[in-house]
Amino acid sequence: MRTTRTLALVLAFVLTASCAFASTLQDVTKRGYLKCGTHIENPGFSALDSSGKRIGFDVDFCRAVGAATNVDVKYTPLTSKERLPALQSGEIDLLSRTTTQTMSRDTNLGLDFTVVTLYDGQGLMVRKELGITKASELDGATICLQTGSTTELNVADYFRKHNMKFTPVVFDKQPDVRKAYDTGRCDVHTTDVSGLAAQRSLMEKPEEHIILPELISKEPLAPVVRHGDNQWGDIVRWTIWLTMAAEEKGITAENVEKVSKETKDPEVQRMLGVTGTLWQNLGLDKDAPVRIIKTVGNYGDIFERNLGINTPLRLERGYNKQWNEGGLIYAPPFR
Amino acid sequence: MSQHAHEKARVPFWRNPQIRAWIYQFIMLGGLLWVAFTMYQNTLANLEKRGIGSGFGFLQNEAGFNIGETPPLPVLQGGFLWFIAALIVGLFASRAIAVWLKKNDTTITASNKSVFAVITLVGIIPVLVLFLGSDSISFIRYTESSSYVTALLTGFANTIKVTILGCIFSTILGLFVALGRLSPNWLISKLCSWYVELNRNLPVLLQLFFWYFIVLQQLPSVRKSIDIGGWLILNKRGLYLPAPVAQSGAWPFCLAIGAALIGIYFIYRRSIRLLNERGTPGKIVLPSIALLVALPTLAWLTTGTPFTFEYPVLKGFNYRGGIDLTPEFTALLVGLTVYVSAFNAEIIRSGIQAVSNGQREAARALALKERHVMRLVILPQAMRIIVPPMTSEYLAIAKNSSLAVAIGYPDFVSVGGTILNQSGQAVEIVGIWMGVYLSISLLISLGMNWYNAKIKLVER
Repeated sequence: MRTTRTLALVLAFVLTASCAFASTLQDVTKRGYLKCGTHIENPGFSALDSSGKRIGFDVDFCRAVGAATNVDVKYTPLTSKERLPALQSGEIDLLSRTTTQTMSRDTNLGLDFTVVTLYDGQGLMVRKELGITKASELDGATICLQTGSTTELNVADYFRKHNMKFTPVVFDKQPDVRKAYDTGRCDVHTTDVSGLAAQRSLMEKPEEHIILPELISKEPLAPVVRHGDNQWGDIVRWTIWLTMAAEEKGITAENVEKVSKETKDPEVQRMLGVTGTLWQNLGLDKDAPVRIIKTVGNYGDIFERNLGINTPLRLERGYNKQWNEGGLIYAPPFR
Repeated sequence: MSQHAHEKARVPFWRNPQIRAWIYQFIMLGGLLWVAFTMYQNTLANLEKRGIGSGFGFLQNEAGFNIGETPPLPVLQGGFLWFIAALIVGLFASRAIAVWLKKNDTTITASNKSVFAVITLVGIIPVLVLFLGSDSISFIRYTESSSYVTALLTGFANTIKVTILGCIFSTILGLFVALGRLSPNWLISKLCSWYVELNRNLPVLLQLFFWYFIVLQQLPSVRKSIDIGGWLILNKRGLYLPAPVAQSGAWPFCLAIGAALIGIYFIYRRSIRLLNERGTPGKIVLPSIALLVALPTLAWLTTGTPFTFEYPVLKGFNYRGGIDLTPEFTALLVGLTVYVSAFNAEIIRSGIQAVSNGQREAARALALKERHVMRLVILPQAMRIIVPPMTSEYLAIAKNSSLAVAIGYPDFVSVGGTILNQSGQAVEIVGIWMGVYLSISLLISLGMNWYNAKIKLVER
């Protein structure tokens, strides 16, 4: 089943003649669309809305890069097991699927992480009725989790460190993990806190579950590109930084055109391509920045629209506030 | 003559059909080797180009993750190696004895000394070796600090566990359903045919989901477990039974049971011999039961308690201790067994019906009892038709067991998938998957082919 896809990807390694890859930017422009790998269904990050359109936090960064290169976006839904081989084999151009940046992934797999779009951490969700308030009370618990991510290792490390035992029940797909936890097969459901919030919103009675306060890992989630195509990596990086800088400067999808015409701030002028050749140097056209902001808005908009307090996920900004408000979101200067 | 030789000499080698056939074979072989070599080169070049590490060195690294079910894995050293060596030597020696007997045209009877020799070689000596070496036998259990290899072996053991039990249960269940379908009782025959149609026409993955998410999740939660005197505890998390813990008397006790089983075998042979000699069979049931009770009891009395029981107790979140059958394992085993038993039933039924009716009538004319008609006349002939297609069904169990990942059972593919993700070595892991499943399938085929050759029509 799921292995079929992994097999196909391995076959792609085996069968394709070792032809050199042209630059990803050229490929994308020639093809006319961007191939972006996302979640199959993870509300808030990548899911289908009632009209069948794919929406979410991760999806918005796909759309931003699509706007930067002025092409359409086609989505490839992937399980966590398939996502890295899909990028390695060239099946997708960009992987935006809550992927944690780790050293081994960065160094041994031929991948490059771009900019962290969400500072997350792995959390533990339990039923309220158990009366548990902290993670150290979980000795002997049964834990439902999904295969193919850093989750398995984090939870094993955490329990080993605190000299506790647990029994894992490992599924291939997130909906099955949720179902198993919801029916009482497990005491604990674990994944990134943002993911837990998303899964809780889909449970039969969301109010009966609490997310414990401890974060058992650091999960900096970043879109990923293939190692070696530096121009493509820079395009993705600066597209993401643009959305962050736009929030800092108070630029939104609604006012971006007005700002680009009226602004007197030289950095904003350079940032939006009004003066200078920053975006042309990247291999894009000078209208790219305005297009990006008009398509997805600034970082704050993207967060609030998909994950924020007014969504079913009810996530606080937390670490993901701008740097000048005490958070970690920090775009380098546009000059 | 000379003209003939002259003509023969004139045929150029490329028109000689035999040489041509050889040339084609060589070209084909060369082409295949070239394709394999190019694939290998491509893989290496592509991996290199993308900066992906390769090789099997990572398998020795610490795994770090946890596995839900960790059966004990035997460590192949000391006692086990001697046991395997004794078994192999015994098998070869007994084979040699059989060949020698056949050459001398000796008919084998139960009283023959060579039968004792064979039983000693294959049965008693290896068990004795196992007994003597029992101190040096060790088992390891997977923990987070074990290597990836141990993790893979644990997954493999879980796969094998389901495959073997699935093959046995699906055959037994299939046999009953097949006999039910052939039953003259209208209700039983209809019920069995519905069973077959229902189960073989639903996809196996759907059946697994049905058993796991619908049937087994109806069980009560841990705090409201069904508890039968502490002996049997059933809840959503599984079925818990007391586990025997080996004490000082365990080995003599097991040996006594083994000896009793061998004794029963001889009682059975004697009964057959008496049946042939005097026309009435010797007693089987009573002496067997007596033997099976007396020997272990004797061992128990002389060497002390063989086993004590460890009962499952509720500690914190779950029951701990005892034997624990997880719902994942149960759902997978039941799902595969039920699915494949429907096919097995049809294969067995068709095999039975393919035996010509004259055989049955002739057997009845000899006044054989109905169960003897089936067991002595019909089934042996039906076997020849049943065994080859059954092989495919056993292979199906081995391969379908990889659907385990959908319902959270840590089988070989599930554990391999975790390692794949943890280490990123996709090509190596997929290679291991393919190699291992190919080996399992070939082993099953080999065994079934051997069995098929053994039961095929002996032509005199």
